[in-house]
Amino acid sequence: MTAPTLAIDDLRLGFRGWAGTVEVLHGISLHIAKGERVALVGESGSGKSVTARLVLGLVQELRGARFSGRMAFEGRDLGALSRREREALRGDRISMIFQDPTSSLNPVYTIDTLFHEVLRRGAPGIGAAEAREKAIAALADVAITDPERVLRSYAFQLSGGMNQRVLIAMALANNPALLLADEPGTALDVTVQAQTLALMQSLVARHGTSMLFISHNLGVVREFADRVYVIYKGRIVEQGPTEGLFEAPLHPYTRALMAAVPRITGEGIPEIDEEQTGFYDPLVAHPGYSEAELRP
Amino acid sequence: MKPLLQVIDVTKTFDAGGTPVRALDGVSFSVSAGECLAVVGESGSGKSTIANIVLGIYQPTSGALLFQDKELPDVRPLALKQAIQLVQQNPLSSLNPRRSVGASIRLALDVHAIGDRAGRKARVGELLEEVGLPADYASRSPAALSGGQRQRVAIARALACQSELLVLDEPTSALDVLVQARVLKLLADIRQARRLTYIFITHDLAVVRNIADRVAVFEKGRLVEIAPTADLFANPSHPYTRRLISAVPVTSRREAELRDRLQEPLDADL
Repeated sequence: MTAPTLAIDDLRLGFRGWAGTVEVLHGISLHIAKGERVALVGESGSGKSVTARLVLGLVQELRGARFSGRMAFEGRDLGALSRREREALRGDRISMIFQDPTSSLNPVYTIDTLFHEVLRRGAPGIGAAEAREKAIAALADVAITDPERVLRSYAFQLSGGMNQRVLIAMALANNPALLLADEPGTALDVTVQAQTLALMQSLVARHGTSMLFISHNLGVVREFADRVYVIYKGRIVEQGPTEGLFEAPLHPYTRALMAAVPRITGEGIPEIDEEQTGFYDPLVAHPGYSEAELRP
Repeated sequence: MKPLLQVIDVTKTFDAGGTPVRALDGVSFSVSAGECLAVVGESGSGKSTIANIVLGIYQPTSGALLFQDKELPDVRPLALKQAIQLVQQNPLSSLNPRRSVGASIRLALDVHAIGDRAGRKARVGELLEEVGLPADYASRSPAALSGGQRQRVAIARALACQSELLVLDEPTSALDVLVQARVLKLLADIRQARRLTYIFITHDLAVVRNIADRVAVFEKGRLVEIAPTADLFANPSHPYTRRLISAVPVTSRREAELRDRLQEPLDADL
């Protein structure tokens, strides 16, 4: 059995400030098998984005960050890597898509220049002409019909949906083993979001990319993920297969979320108790979907 | 039902660097007293422009607005400003960070000279309680409140004006799902208790399905469809409406079935 693409064990994180340490993650464990699309779903402040940033190694460098636990990428302990080795992974073997596509792209360079920079992370000696060719192919892959024009443009000259596709193309350009997507498409219109997600879905399936999909949008998670972890205030509270978790949520927090989400079948606005009983109940895993059962 | 507001053939053109952009193109609809009309559309559909025109922030290029059967003047007297109020999407930017939330609500009472000086302080407390916050929150700053609490304050401030029509511009889009459900419930309860009329602007069709009486769908400055909510979802007549509904990410099998049913005729056209 090969090692999972990503394995996280008992990850804890706190930030030390002048008012003492604020605990952000209280020991979370999750994993992503090769080619699997896993969602981490939770509300704002639940710790979902910071988890992705920890995997990339962006949080560890912050002053006041205190963390413990183990993260392994394809069996290699990320904590044991040197800073250089870790940086080499970013943008090459592990890449990330952030929420706001337009602010993720440097406004003073054309997409062409930015794409060249991305491709250099995978192939350091790549020339401008070859990079251009690869970029055109990558943009065509994300259904951009006039890649030459897009390459000549700056991010602010393109629409949000176009920028999001450029980012997806960049994120997949070096054929990463793991793609971290933090609220992709949230800033887009629904019809554009639907197209973008469908595109991303077919691309990661074709490349066999493993994916950690971070979102607060339950509908998007249901359509995109194979498996779901629900996170609440720095704790994983429920994990299971997407269909099972949405049709029969087990944890009181997940149940409250599912009851609160408005439905297009018009079930009315639910009464939500101010009393949040059971939200801190221990982790519930659907049968056959606990970490112990899924990981050898 | 008597119409409270009538929008008659309104067109709004903006000048974008010499080229005129038509943000609204011959839009007509009316809002009955006590109704919740949802205005939906994507970016660039003109839904924010219509809000700004109803509020009197923009003047229509052509067309007219009638409020209680009287034409709304370009420069609105205070009484008309009081009658139509706004709740914005992001309470963190719509509430003054340097002012306590009580002072923000109080300002609305002062501007519109509602009640006497002594009564206003008590009124602020009552308004906070009406939106489900303790009266002593009046002394807090917006920064000391959660997102949901801030939006409740913004609602209380709009209610302070004793207006008849509230324009709600994406009032729950910035909120988490549990908080959103509570704020939507609050808005529905307030509408019933005060017999208010809402224009509810949003991109979220699932929210619309559960709060609106009627829905107006905008696409590129045009009103493409307006219908009672249940009819619109059961049988959308415009292809754009159908496309919007079938793009909604849903959370249950029942919803997916509804959506797939709407998708079929669309594929048949191709």
